[in-house]
Amino acid sequence: MGNARERKTVRLKTPVSDADLAGLELGDVVYLDGLIYTAREGVYKKVLQDGEAPPVDFADLTNVNFHCSPAAAVEADGSLRVSAVTATASFRFSKWMKDWFAASGAKLIVGKGGMSEEDYKNLFVPAGAVYLTTVGYGTGALLGRGIKNVRAAHWLDELGIAQAMWVLEVEKFGPLLVESDLQGNSLFERNNREINAGIEKLYEGLKKPSLQRYGETDDREQELI
Amino acid sequence: MIAKEAVEQAAYEIMFKAGIDIPDDYLAGIKKMASAEDGDLSAFVLEAMLENYEAAKEDRRPMCADTGVPRYYVKAGNEAKLEGGFIALEESLRSATARATHDIPLRPNRVHPLWRTDHNNNIGINAPEIEYSFEPDADWVDITTVHKGGLFGTDYRMLFPGDGIDGIKRFFLDGMIAFGKRGLACQPAIVGVGLGGSKDTCMVLGKQAACLRTVGDRNPDPKIAALELELQELGNSIGMGAMGFVGKSMVVDCHIEVGYTHTGGMPMSLHAFCLSSRRATVRLHADGRKEFRTDPNWFTPYMRRETVSWEMPASAKRSA
Repeated sequence: MGNARERKTVRLKTPVSDADLAGLELGDVVYLDGLIYTAREGVYKKVLQDGEAPPVDFADLTNVNFHCSPAAAVEADGSLRVSAVTATASFRFSKWMKDWFAASGAKLIVGKGGMSEEDYKNLFVPAGAVYLTTVGYGTGALLGRGIKNVRAAHWLDELGIAQAMWVLEVEKFGPLLVESDLQGNSLFERNNREINAGIEKLYEGLKKPSLQRYGETDDREQELI
Repeated sequence: MIAKEAVEQAAYEIMFKAGIDIPDDYLAGIKKMASAEDGDLSAFVLEAMLENYEAAKEDRRPMCADTGVPRYYVKAGNEAKLEGGFIALEESLRSATARATHDIPLRPNRVHPLWRTDHNNNIGINAPEIEYSFEPDADWVDITTVHKGGLFGTDYRMLFPGDGIDGIKRFFLDGMIAFGKRGLACQPAIVGVGLGGSKDTCMVLGKQAACLRTVGDRNPDPKIAALELELQELGNSIGMGAMGFVGKSMVVDCHIEVGYTHTGGMPMSLHAFCLSSRRATVRLHADGRKEFRTDPNWFTPYMRRETVSWEMPASAKRSA
């Protein structure tokens, strides 16, 4: 096997500092300690579109936004139980990110699948933010282990378990991989470019389809996200 | 007679097993891929996943928080008697789903497609799905649950006879590459291919091939078995591994199921199960015994019969 065990590993305390982020290189392994919160389209829509005040003061809380819906339950006594957590695909939230960075001061987005290099350059770099991707997907049990306490679940009734804003106290929360850096480079796209170089050869010798179909593309380098 | 309460309890238990315990066949397949992977990042991901399966077992928590859209496959012996009949069985499966969703807990993924109504228990209109098959000369009922995510890794295409094996390979590559980028197919996965039938049958067969056959299992038709291995190798030669990183771990195994189709067409469906391939089966006997396993044994010789009437071939009698 490759040198899977030799990756540079970093533990970051939240809220993360600009210096923390400057030290991150694509492919580094990160574990988080401190507070993180979940927010995805339900929360974004409430705050950014409907103009509702966020239920927390982000400046006092944390600058780490996790794109996640936990496997969680609300007990009869109202207590909250989170078991496993994995991220949800982030590129769907691209349209919210510019305003979210401004509204929340988020510096670290943790999610699944990353965003496009274009989004990093246009949205993340100006905000001084970095993207960490969960691994797998997903290491739900390992990430669940890293959650030491559920501090709150805001908007649980209105948004439901999956979309509510969960505030989580975490310890050694990971593994996560650095997918974008402060220059807006993407680990996924770097890998895509390498893989794309070999794609044409896979189709060599295969005859063309007997019918062209609407919506089909022959451009194998195009990424359909 | 199989008691209604026994059905509910057994279904509840397989929900835990599916969500938490990675099946041995799949685990062995991933270990083999991890040791052969030479892409650094892909190897790192596979190692993390192996650690994750252990953590899930130790902590008794789901291996993945996207516990998918839980569903059931019921195989009823022709001689089986269910207390309250199939209406009671369906009520039991719905009750077990709701209880397990809270108690494990599973993520309450199921929402109305338009109004996004969430009952927080994975129950709703046509949810969970329950698919049926039957088995001759048996008085037991098998219940299998599968937890599979639902957004990426599945596709359908109407191919034509003239497209031949090349058309199958082309669509296979298209799907693996498109969904493999950034790891959206949650690869390496068991990949199921449905060939033939009508469009709906084609989708169902491919999905069942991915979710209800184990790593290492081969189609009984030797030529189809060879194609399964060929497609697996093709997927693993793309240059892509876990999470879409450079590597070669895409397809843990490939399973093909076929159905007789329209003479003018060759429909094909493609389904990637996920890195957390979650399935569990229980067999309920008339005398109250229940046996758990991870091989659904769904595609029996009876399921794949080609003739008008059924007479079990001598070679298949051992598995009954």
